[in-house]
Amino acid sequence: MGLQAIFFYLFAFVAVASAFMVISAKNPVHSVLFLILVFFNSAGLFLLTGAEFLAMILLVVYIGAVAVLFLFVVMMLDIDFAELRSGVLQYAPVGILIGLIVAAELVVVVGGSVLTPQAAKAITMPIPNPAVRTNTAALGDVLYTNYVYFFQLAGLVLLVAMIGAIVLTLRHRQHIKRQDISAQVARTPETAVEVVKVKPGQGV
Amino acid sequence: MDSFFSIYVWPGLIMVAQSLLLLVCLLVFIAYILLADRKIWAAVQLRRGPNVVGPFGLFQSFADLLKFVFKEPVIPAGSDKAVFLLAPLVAVTLALATWAVVPVADGWVISNINVGILYIFAISSLEVYGIIMGGWASNSKYPFLGALRSAAQMVSYEVSIGFVIVTVLLCVGSLNLTDIVNAQHDGLGTMIGLPASFLDWHWLALFPMFVVFFISALAETNRPPFDLPEAESELVAGFMVEYGSTPYMMFMLGEYAAIVLMCALTTILFLGGWLPPVDIWILNWVPGIIWFILKCLLVFFMFAMVKAFVPRYRYDQLMRLGWKVFLPISLAMVVITAFVLKLTGWA
Repeated sequence: MGLQAIFFYLFAFVAVASAFMVISAKNPVHSVLFLILVFFNSAGLFLLTGAEFLAMILLVVYIGAVAVLFLFVVMMLDIDFAELRSGVLQYAPVGILIGLIVAAELVVVVGGSVLTPQAAKAITMPIPNPAVRTNTAALGDVLYTNYVYFFQLAGLVLLVAMIGAIVLTLRHRQHIKRQDISAQVARTPETAVEVVKVKPGQGV
Repeated sequence: MDSFFSIYVWPGLIMVAQSLLLLVCLLVFIAYILLADRKIWAAVQLRRGPNVVGPFGLFQSFADLLKFVFKEPVIPAGSDKAVFLLAPLVAVTLALATWAVVPVADGWVISNINVGILYIFAISSLEVYGIIMGGWASNSKYPFLGALRSAAQMVSYEVSIGFVIVTVLLCVGSLNLTDIVNAQHDGLGTMIGLPASFLDWHWLALFPMFVVFFISALAETNRPPFDLPEAESELVAGFMVEYGSTPYMMFMLGEYAAIVLMCALTTILFLGGWLPPVDIWILNWVPGIIWFILKCLLVFFMFAMVKAFVPRYRYDQLMRLGWKVFLPISLAMVVITAFVLKLTGWA
């Protein structure tokens, strides 16, 4: 237990500290880099609880894809940071309100599970023995049987979002030259080259 | 106190010793892979390649190492110093960290985790950060353009690599790398009554995926013909323009560690890992690690030959290949493989 506790405090401390740096760093690129550190340490926390599949998926999806796009966008933006920071206090009431709500919910969840541990079991599936059924297989057992419709629905929502983003940004400009790959590949010497006999001193 | 030693200290020390051994072997391997790369390239162009330091130039990589280490590191005045120095560290650490789960022979693995292939996929998808951070922190135009290109390229090809891995996993039914190799004991060859041989490995059953994986691996590691992030003729050296001395060496080390990892991954997924090519006693007697290294070298030889033969792709062609050719092919193969396995009940 000792080593696990040490690792838990290590991951948790780094995660909380870098989460604080996300909102306090002056440069937004540094903020995103700290956000990546938060994700990384959360993956470590998942590993400690035995959710190895979730930990790896967190790495692949959030750090490998989402945060890359984040970093992309933030790097390309040309923002005046001092100006952005000047009016930050006027949002403080909203921020405090959201913080309070999240804190209250955390208290309810943690307090509830401490007072009545059996309440959580009413909605969760029993966790199979990791030595018999691996984490990944156990997730698949539930996800593709009991929750298959929700799972597919979530996929559809993402698909709609993706199509929406493409429709919003796609525009077909007329009168510009486009590349037609199949036409290029289909070219032969007969269609592309014309052999002309040129008489000296006359030109074509 | 006794139990504290037997539970934590000894296993910890053993793990550290194993990791050090693996790292030393890997770094020496990378030094000679680098030399082999230059020698093969030279041979294709009818040159001799490095031949001065040591017999046949065998110590060239070590001479290069000393040169890099003793040079003065130059940090541009306008750069973001912390991120500038962090970038090569990130690149090399992540590239070496993936090796913790790679089994080089039966049971010869530091950490035999259940989700080994996902771990490799996750960590290698982080390698792009070294490049983006280096390109951005340099605060210069060429490195930034190189970093943007590289990020887009690596993210695009990761998608098809992911689907290729899924097809292999469908055939195996496990995310454990050792299981993936052991599943190649029997396959197409044993199905028609032949003894266990190289025909059982996944390269034959999943041949289109083998080709897609090989080309995607080239693109993922920024090897020629997909070395657009560091295309000399357009971007000087891409994200590495401002780097010199040890930080530059670390980028190169990270790059070659990723290349060797891709060779190892191709070996594990498609070429049967440490399994001998034919199941007869004299080949079984050869240790598994020898077969593993030989197969890695074979894949690397193909990498090196591609570098020597093929002209560089144009950037839009690269993107088209990734999104419009490889992604549909690999997606279709996932569906086809799943259907075949379900209907025939082979897996």
